[in-house]
Formats: sequence, structure tokens, C-alpha cells
Amino acid sequence: MVEIIVFAVCAAIVLVGAVGVIAARNPVHSALFLIQTLFGMAVLFISLEAHFLAAVQVVVYAGAIVILFLFVIMLLGVDQAEDLNIEPIVGQRFIAFIVGAATFVLMVATLAGSSDAITGQRQATGPLGDELTDNNNVRELAEALFTDYVFAFEATAILLTIAVVGAVVLAKRTSGEMLPVPQNTLEIREADYQARVDARAAELEANAAAAAEAGEDGSAEASSAAASDDDTADDEMADAEGGDA
Amino acid sequence: MLQTLLAQQAPIEAIDTPAIDWAILAPLLVMAVGGILMLTFASVLKRLPSSVWSVAAVVISLVTAITVIPLWMRVTDTANSATSTLAGAVAFDGFSLFLTVVIALSVALSAMLADGYLKREGLEGPELFVLLMMSASGGIIMSFANDLIVLFIGLEILSIAVYVLAAMHTRKLQSQEAGIKYFVLGAFSSAFFLYGIAMIYGATGSTNLIDIKNFLSATVLADDALLLAGFALMLVGLAFKVAAVPFHFWTPDVYQGAPSPVVAYMASAVKAAGFAGIIRVFVLTFEQYRTDWQPVIYVLAILTLLTGSFLAIVQTDVKRMLAYSSISHAGFLLVGVQAATDRGVNAVLFYLAVYSFMVIGSFGVLTVAGGVGDNAHTLDDYKGLSKRSPMLAFAMMIFLFSQAGVPLTTGFFAKFGVISAAIDARSFWLAVVAMISAVIAAFLYLKVIVAMFFAGDDDHGHGADAEDAADASEADADDAGHEPIDIPLGAGIAIGVCALVTVVFGIWPGPIDDLAREALPRLVAESSAFLEIGN
Amino acid sequence: MSDFLRSYLTVAIFGGVAVALVGVLLGLGSFLRPSRPTATKTMAYESGVDPVGDMWSQSNIRYYVFALMFVLFDVEAVFIFPWAMRLETYGYFGLVEMAIFIFILVLGLAYAWRKGMLKWV
Repeated sequence: MVEIIVFAVCAAIVLVGAVGVIAARNPVHSALFLIQTLFGMAVLFISLEAHFLAAVQVVVYAGAIVILFLFVIMLLGVDQAEDLNIEPIVGQRFIAFIVGAATFVLMVATLAGSSDAITGQRQATGPLGDELTDNNNVRELAEALFTDYVFAFEATAILLTIAVVGAVVLAKRTSGEMLPVPQNTLEIREADYQARVDARAAELEANAAAAAEAGEDGSAEASSAAASDDDTADDEMADAEGGDA
Repeated sequence: MLQTLLAQQAPIEAIDTPAIDWAILAPLLVMAVGGILMLTFASVLKRLPSSVWSVAAVVISLVTAITVIPLWMRVTDTANSATSTLAGAVAFDGFSLFLTVVIALSVALSAMLADGYLKREGLEGPELFVLLMMSASGGIIMSFANDLIVLFIGLEILSIAVYVLAAMHTRKLQSQEAGIKYFVLGAFSSAFFLYGIAMIYGATGSTNLIDIKNFLSATVLADDALLLAGFALMLVGLAFKVAAVPFHFWTPDVYQGAPSPVVAYMASAVKAAGFAGIIRVFVLTFEQYRTDWQPVIYVLAILTLLTGSFLAIVQTDVKRMLAYSSISHAGFLLVGVQAATDRGVNAVLFYLAVYSFMVIGSFGVLTVAGGVGDNAHTLDDYKGLSKRSPMLAFAMMIFLFSQAGVPLTTGFFAKFGVISAAIDARSFWLAVVAMISAVIAAFLYLKVIVAMFFAGDDDHGHGADAEDAADASEADADDAGHEPIDIPLGAGIAIGVCALVTVVFGIWPGPIDDLAREALPRLVAESSAFLEIGN
Repeated sequence: MSDFLRSYLTVAIFGGVAVALVGVLLGLGSFLRPSRPTATKTMAYESGVDPVGDMWSQSNIRYYVFALMFVLFDVEAVFIFPWAMRLETYGYFGLVEMAIFIFILVLGLAYAWRKGMLKWV
């Protein structure tokens, strides 16, 4: 009974958080909703008796990953919200909705249909180890880490090192001038940018035109700014948008 | 004191540590340790000429390939010498060794190309080579992977390094755009892949491919929905890596924006590693369920072949054109996978090996011909390449003929192999579509060849184009129209080797074909001798 | 209710009390204190200096590198933890494996340090 209540409450928390992540207008609020979702997941893990996983969920995801998200949001500037009403590809949202809904239905049907009679042979999931000893969970995990998965474990070290190298390479200050963007690419970008600004202006006539300008600034170059240096990002904006930054 | 405390706390039961057959790991260790060592030297030594790093990367890659030779002897020695080690996580068979060599040689050739590229673009050195080698060790892990988790980690090592490599040209906007696009979409596809692993674990109770296969052959699943969902999701993840339609949308943008030597590596090694995963998971492990996944690959192959060749024709940018052509090559490889026979696997391996050389050669020519900024890749820029550099144009012609599948080049035998494997597996329509798209693609390669050799005289339109602000430094060279292109030594060697391989083995494909024939993937549990040592 | 879940009841109660305490204290405060807002009072407090600009200011990319490093070493710690719980079980094998794991990551850290990523410029 208690399990069901815990599950229901946590599921509600998780789902509200998940909807909040995509529904919130302010990206910081989205990140906070994400923390809510991750906490709900952590409690769900606890109710599945995977308490190490729950701790990892809180420490790594809620503690570190979301902080990273917040850094990125602050890096790009919170006030530079992208107008979500502009569709880069016409009909994109509708198709995304259809595909998303279809995938969802398929997943639910799969999971609901395959109840417990999947194999009828052995339980593939379930608590790790016996329940008698303390910390069985962590112990079993470590034992798996040092027996069956020892190779994967060592490979993870390489993976994390690569991430360090990648972060350093991409965040390093670049020496020298940015290369100019070829003319044809530049024209497409400018046209695209102008179209977005026009669309925005038409849509939000009531709001000040200045707000529309500021809003668009971040969106066009947000992607490259995330991967590049501060100064570089500024240069890029200047290059790609004709000194609009 | 401490001893007694520990003793009181709990009885110490030592775990059974897995047996490690170090010899099997040798190629991987050479590549990974080489990459890490280079990273260490890169942080200790402030400045060395970038050629030093390049040469080191080439040497390490070649050593990796050489360490495979004794292992190859061992695995082909007797029929049953394939095995696995490290608790069944690492497979040891001809297949993994073959692809290890393909990946190692791709790294060596790409590193040669990168040397001249870095100097021309004025970029700093060692990181590119470090990432290249670490990425390759991810690819090697994928080809050795006998466990879905290991496969996933290999995939991530491979991919994350390549995301960064794509954005390596820090002073070029499109390069950074390519990096971020590849990263966002790639991370998404990795999530699909991981979800698929979870589903398959749920359905079979293991992530180890040997255990999964044993389980599936010993058990009749009452309900295989979970397993099939796992297939679908894993296929999405892998199809993204090999750029199969409809998971190809990143390819043209990333290929166009990323540094050309990196693209050479992406088109060869990343594709090889992706197909290593597809073959080992689907063709080998889920052999029993082939009636479930074969139709999906069938459709993917048709879509990939047609989309790749049709969209390639309408491109005006040569680099983008080759991106679409690499999509169409992925389609041919899928034709071989779809056959799901030993013959199909042979054909795919042969294709991957020879395709690596021709695609690295092609992008090598692009690297050299692209000029400063790596931007001069429109068809107009390639007009009259034969006058600016006859050797380059001639090499490019060989590579393009080979990609088109013209006889007397390796490409012909590659295409012939996969199509005949498809016919062997009674997939006639697929074979027909493959042949049609080969013809369509041939048109595209001819377009480039014609531009290089026969269209150099219309100087007016061409000259105006070159005077773009975009390529100021290249403008004078283009204006003259006959200014020879300087080929850096490394790039020259790499392109020469690729051209030589493409022609020599195009006339005499026997050796590679024999190797590919012996390089069949196997799922074998560790031999009992090793298990006893382990216990 | 399983024993396992019951042991987490304390956590739930603790959390509930924490939330309630904050709610009660703040609620009580807003109920009792007089409310006479002026422009100066509603201004953000920045150590007595007049606040400049918006509170959502753009931060430096250097923060991002630190945050990323933190995540990576956080993940490393997650791997170390289960090993450290029952160190003796894994013996020298575990020690060597963990040493390799940490060593590779330390090399990554050394690289970042030598490239000046850990220094605030």
C-alpha cells in the first residue's frame, strides 16, 4: 500500500516536473523543474531498493548536471529567450507531435503488453543480491564492476578523460582572427535571421521592437556560442549578423 | 589494529577476478595508451612542431596494426581458436582484428593528412592527434565488444572525440556549427541506443552477447515485444553513426563544416565501427530473429541508397556531394548486412576496408585542394584542378572511379560483393535498387571528374567567384588559374598510398578478399582452461 | 511496508519538518511585520552598492569549464564509492584497476591544468 502511494506521489512529481521543463518560459525555471523530476526519480529508485542509484541520481544529476545546465543558461544569458513560435521547418511541430505520440503509444503498449510473461524463465530485473546483509546493493554493484564489467569500467576512464580534453579544446582561447564565412552561407544566414526578426516583429507588434531584436540575438548564434570562447562568440555574432551584437 | 577492525567488521570473501588475456588486448592498449601518452607529453612539453605529433600518431597506429599480425596468426591457426576474455566482455575473432586494422590504418592516413592541414590553417597541434587516437581506441573497443555496455562505452568514446574533432577548427564558424550539430543529434541517438540496451537487458537478463544468444536459443520468448523494441532502438543508435537514411540529416552539414582530415576519419573509421556494432549485435547475436530485423534493414538500405545518390546529384559543393555519396555507400554496406549470411559479412568487411582507402583519399584531395580556410569546395573551385595539380586531379579521378564502382578499381569488387551477397540471400529487388543507385551515383562522380579535367577554361565566371571576400588569399592563385597547388608531404604520401591500394587491389583483390573471408565474427565463451585459471 | 522503505520514513519526516519550519517562520514573519515598500527598499541588495544591470547577467565561459570538470570528477567519485565500501574484498586486483582508472583521469586533469584551464584569468 505504502509502495503504491509512494509511487503515485513520485510519479506525479516526476511528470509535473517533466512537463514543467518543456512548458516553462524561463530556462532557469526549466532547469529547476528538471531538478524536481530528478528528485522524484531518486525516490522511485529508493522504492525499488536501489539506494545507491538514488544517491547517484541526486549527487550527479540533481547536483552536478543541472548545475551545468544552469551555467550554460547563464552563459547564454537568461533574458535572451528564443521565440518558440517560429518554426524553422514548416509543419515541424505537428510532425513532431505525431511521431512523439506514436512512439509513446508504442512504448506503453510494449511495456504493458509484456507484463511478467516476457520470458517465463527467470527474473531479469529485481533487487541486487540478498536482502540479509547491509549495503548489499552497493556491494553487488562493486562486484559487478570488478568482475563482469571491469573492462567497461576501465574504458569509462578513457571516456571521462576524452571529455576533459574536449572541454579544454573547445573552451580554449583562440589565437588569431576568425575566418570569414563564405559569402553564400552568409547570405543564407542573414536572410534567415531577417526572416526570424520579421516574423517576431509582426507577431509581437505590441511589444517594443527593441525587445524583439534582443530576443533574436541569442537564438541565431546560441549554438556556436556554447562551443566557443566568449570573445569568439561575440566576433561570430558580429560576423554573421552584420554587427548586430 | 586496523586488521582486527576489518576482521571484526565482516568476513573477507575475495571475489573471483576475471581472467585477462593481455595479448588479445594488445592492439587496443597500444592505441589507447599511445593516445594517453601523447596527451601527457602534450601537457608537459609546451611546443613541438606539429609534424612530431603527426609522425608519432602514424607510428602508434601502424604499431597497432602490426600487433594484430601475431593475433591474426593465432586466430586463423585452427578453426576454433576464437575466444573471449575479461569475463566475456572482449571478443577475440578475425572480425574484430580485421576492423582494428581498418581503423588503425584510417587513423594513420588521417593523421598524415592532418599534419599539412594544421600547418596551413595555423592551428595548434597535438589535441587533434590525441583525440583521433582516443576516438580510434573507442572504435577498436566497439569492434572487440562482446557486451552491450562495452559496445556503448566504445561508441561514446568514439563519438565524443569525433564531436570535438568536428569543431576542431576553432577559428572557423562552420566547423563549430558542425561540432554542435553532430553533438546534439549524436547524444540523442546515443540515448536511443542506451534505451535499446535497457530493453534487451529486460528481455534477456544479460548485456553479454554470448549470454543473450545462449538465452535466446534456449528459451522461447512468450512475448518478444520488449526484445523487438530493443532492436528498434539500438538500430536507431547505430544507423545514426553510419549515416543511414532517415538518420542521416547531420551528415551533409557536419561533413561540410568539419575539417577535411577529420571528415576522412569520420567517413572511414566511424563507419567501420558502426558496422562492427551492427554486424556483431544483429547478424551474430540476434541471428535467430533475423526475420524480424531483416525487413527493417531492407527498407533502411533502399532509402539510404536512393536518398544518398539522388541528393548527391543536386549538390554544388563537392564536400557535401561526397557526404551524400558516403550516405549512399552506407546503403551498399546495409545491403551486405541485410543478407545476414557469412557471405554478406565478408562483403561488408571487404567493402569497409577498401572504402576506407578511397574515401580517405578523396577527402585527402579535398584537404589539399580546399585552400586556406578549407572552404573552396564548390564545383567551380574544382574546375581546372587538372591544370593546377595534375597529380591531385588524377588521384581524385581514381578515387571517384572507385567510388562509382568502375572495374579495375577496388570499388567495383566491393559493390559486386555486397550485391552478389544480396542475390545469394534472395533479396533480388534490393540488389536491383543497389545497381540502379550505383548508376545514378556514377553520374555524380563523373560530374566532378568533368569539372576537374574539362571545365578549366571558362575563366570569367570562375575568376569572379574566386574573388569573394571569403577567400581572399586564395584569390590570386585562382585568378591565375594555373597556379600549382602545394601538396604537403604527409598528405602526398597518404593520397599516394590510398590511390595505390585502390588500383592495385582493384586489379588483384584476392588478398583483401581472403582476409575478409577469414575474418568472420564469432561468439565464443572463454575456453575452460581460462575459466579454471580465473577460479 | 518493507523495512527498507521504513528506514527512509525518517528522511521523509525530516524533509517535511524542514519545509514546514521554513513555511511557518516566513509566514509568521510576513504576518507580523509591517509592509511599507519604497523604491529603495525593493532594490536588490548588493553589498551596499547600487545594483548595476539586470540580475540575470551573462556569465563567463570559464565557469562552464569548471562546472564540466566538476561533473567529470563527480562521476569518477561515483565509481570510487562502491569500491571503497568493501575495499578488502577486491584485493590487489581492485586496487590496481582503481589505480589505473584514477591515473588516467589524473592525466586528463594534468592536461587541463597545464593548458591553464584551472587558472582564473
